[in-house]
Amino acid sequence: MSQTQTKPRRSLGAKALIAAPYLWLLVFFLAPFLIVLKISLSEVAVAMPPYVPTFDLASGWSAFVEKLSDLSFENYIWLTEDDLYWKSYISSVVIAGISTFITLLVGYPIAYGMARSPKAWRPTLLMLIILPFWTSFLIRVYAWIGILKNEGLLNQLLLWVGVIDQPLVILNTNTAVYIGIVYSYLPFLVLPLYASLEKLDDSLLEAAEDLGCPSWKAFWKITFPLSIPGMIAGCFLVFIPAVGEFVIPDLLGGSNTLMIGKTLWVEFFSNRDWPVSSAVAVLLLLLLVIPIVLFQNYQQKMQEKQA
Amino acid sequence: MAKKAIGPVRRTFTPWEDSTATPFIEFQNVTKRFGDFTAVDNLSLKIYEREFFALLGGSGCGKTTMMRMLAGFETPTEGSILIDGQDMHGVPPYKRPANMMFQSYALFPHMSVEANIAFGLKQDRMSKADIAARVTEMLRLTKLEAFGKRKPHQLSGGQRQRVALARALAKKPKVLLLDEPLGALDRKLREETQFELMNIQEELKTTFLIVTHDQEEAMTVADRIAVMDAGKIMQCATPSEIYETPNSKFVADFIGDINLIEARVVSKSEDGTIMDAPRIGCRIDSSQTTTVSVGDTVWYAMRPEKVRIELGETETPEINQVGAEVWDIAYLGDVSIFHSRVGEAEETSLRSTIANVTRLVERPLTWEDRVTLSWGRDAGVILSK
Ligand SMILES: Nc1ncnc2c1ncn2[C@@H]1O[C@H](COP(=O)(O)OP(=O)(O)O)[C@@H](O)[C@H]1O
Ligand SMILES: [Mg+2]
Repeated sequence: MSQTQTKPRRSLGAKALIAAPYLWLLVFFLAPFLIVLKISLSEVAVAMPPYVPTFDLASGWSAFVEKLSDLSFENYIWLTEDDLYWKSYISSVVIAGISTFITLLVGYPIAYGMARSPKAWRPTLLMLIILPFWTSFLIRVYAWIGILKNEGLLNQLLLWVGVIDQPLVILNTNTAVYIGIVYSYLPFLVLPLYASLEKLDDSLLEAAEDLGCPSWKAFWKITFPLSIPGMIAGCFLVFIPAVGEFVIPDLLGGSNTLMIGKTLWVEFFSNRDWPVSSAVAVLLLLLLVIPIVLFQNYQQKMQEKQA
Repeated sequence: MAKKAIGPVRRTFTPWEDSTATPFIEFQNVTKRFGDFTAVDNLSLKIYEREFFALLGGSGCGKTTMMRMLAGFETPTEGSILIDGQDMHGVPPYKRPANMMFQSYALFPHMSVEANIAFGLKQDRMSKADIAARVTEMLRLTKLEAFGKRKPHQLSGGQRQRVALARALAKKPKVLLLDEPLGALDRKLREETQFELMNIQEELKTTFLIVTHDQEEAMTVADRIAVMDAGKIMQCATPSEIYETPNSKFVADFIGDINLIEARVVSKSEDGTIMDAPRIGCRIDSSQTTTVSVGDTVWYAMRPEKVRIELGETETPEINQVGAEVWDIAYLGDVSIFHSRVGEAEETSLRSTIANVTRLVERPLTWEDRVTLSWGRDAGVILSK
């Protein structure tokens, strides 16, 4: 944006409209974040709430400033000392990364098939992709326990078909977590990818074929490169929430499945250490800020390119 | 309408008159149906090597479908298509010796101009050096040297059109298919590009097949034109033949401006035909011999520039001559078109043109002038109904 331009005068109504999203962010994101940040700098205590110091708005400004000095970075130092935390962070990123990749492998053919299907079918197919959102996420993940457990549907089927003679141990392993994430986040990848594949002009493929390129090759030369923006958008939409995922590793993962969301939960509910879990949350946010900013930059660049 | 030289006066190139010449492209009784809609109807057509051939017709008459069947994107429902003597049935688009310039240009948005042009060459596993040389040559041919590194979205419409042309020509196809190549350009650029296309065709000696709905464009560039209507070819001939001797009312009406006069054949001989045209109240004497029998009604079609207009009315209507009243004048710059009402009761009017040879200070004729319209024995053509 160029700064030298004189700012256009805006009416009060327009200002209010522009202010609305900022107000929203302030109330629902920044304020809670500041509270969490403050707790992360506090000390655990056997009290209600279980940390000190607590600020009391009634006691005035000087008391507030005085208590500020009680805050410390001790919890953050603690996080670096116990390797559970950074191992959880790394493991989360790895699991989210692998899951995103598998989601892409599964989602691409789905999105491609949808984009190539007859026009009349497309709304129905789109509906089917969105359909799972109509049931609770928790219940859907829970249902996977019934499918994946030793005497579950999957093992029963495989035993009956005769592919295996021992039930496969899938539940409570990382494999189950991958399955859970791929299943849950698939629509987030398919939708943007479908959007970019669908607007691809058929005549480009015909032109490629006309110039001596068989259709399978035209896919790699034309369709694939032109779907990269949709692929990147979809991957971010899967990766970012998957890093902080708690429900899936908790329900489907095993005791050795390390994910930061789970570590945080244990810290918060089992150890009742609010300050440390807040510190974990703040670091998780910082960790995710990097891909989010990358994603934002990328989207902006794409929009500028299209303009 | 007859503003330009009719057709390219370039060379004495008339392979279609030679019955022993083998056609380069041949449509043999080709029919194409989409569901129960017939887009191309039992159509046969021969196009010769090095010819610049135009398919001309209104929107939806099946021009693009013809092109797409030739390129291999559609399969004829019936009949066969031959290129260079080879039946194209079952030959996929990427193996056909034809390249197409798409109506939408279909440039690859993620590739530079150079990469777009090189695309087809890479499929042939040409060496890097050869590809680079060919790309440079094509950039020169289409005057795009300065734009090789740009992406399609950084080009103007005219430049994109030239990239599409360069890309289609890069592989030295035996046939270049152009689907409304200039449709998106403004008038001036379109006219320039028409001449460029002709020069390029001269230089490369490739067979060009162009699809257009613009008759002036077809007339300017093509050696021969096929006028299409509803999946059929109405007439296939040189631009001047199509203009001067249309074979049907449809073609006469479609190409340029024409007076269509309803007439009844009174007598016919070796020497010509005499017709009675009650609507304009005169007799028409034509040097054309006709197969129509005496008593039949026909259309006598006559271009406006073939009709002389003079001030002052004749006393009595004579052969090839009527009295009329000027009731509308259209000034087109180079010529003026006069609409003159013939007879009293009817709204029958004849159009005639006068070239504006001097700067128009005073019109030689003005509204409501009584005039005489006359024409020669070979001014028009007789079209059976
Ligand atoms: N794939 C298709 N399915 C159904 N109808 C089609 C298809 N392609 C073309 N048509 C129809 O065939 C007719 C001729 O189309 P086209 O060859 O594109 O005409 P134009 O002469 O304008 O290029 C049109 O009426 C069009 O609607
Ligand atoms: Mg068309």
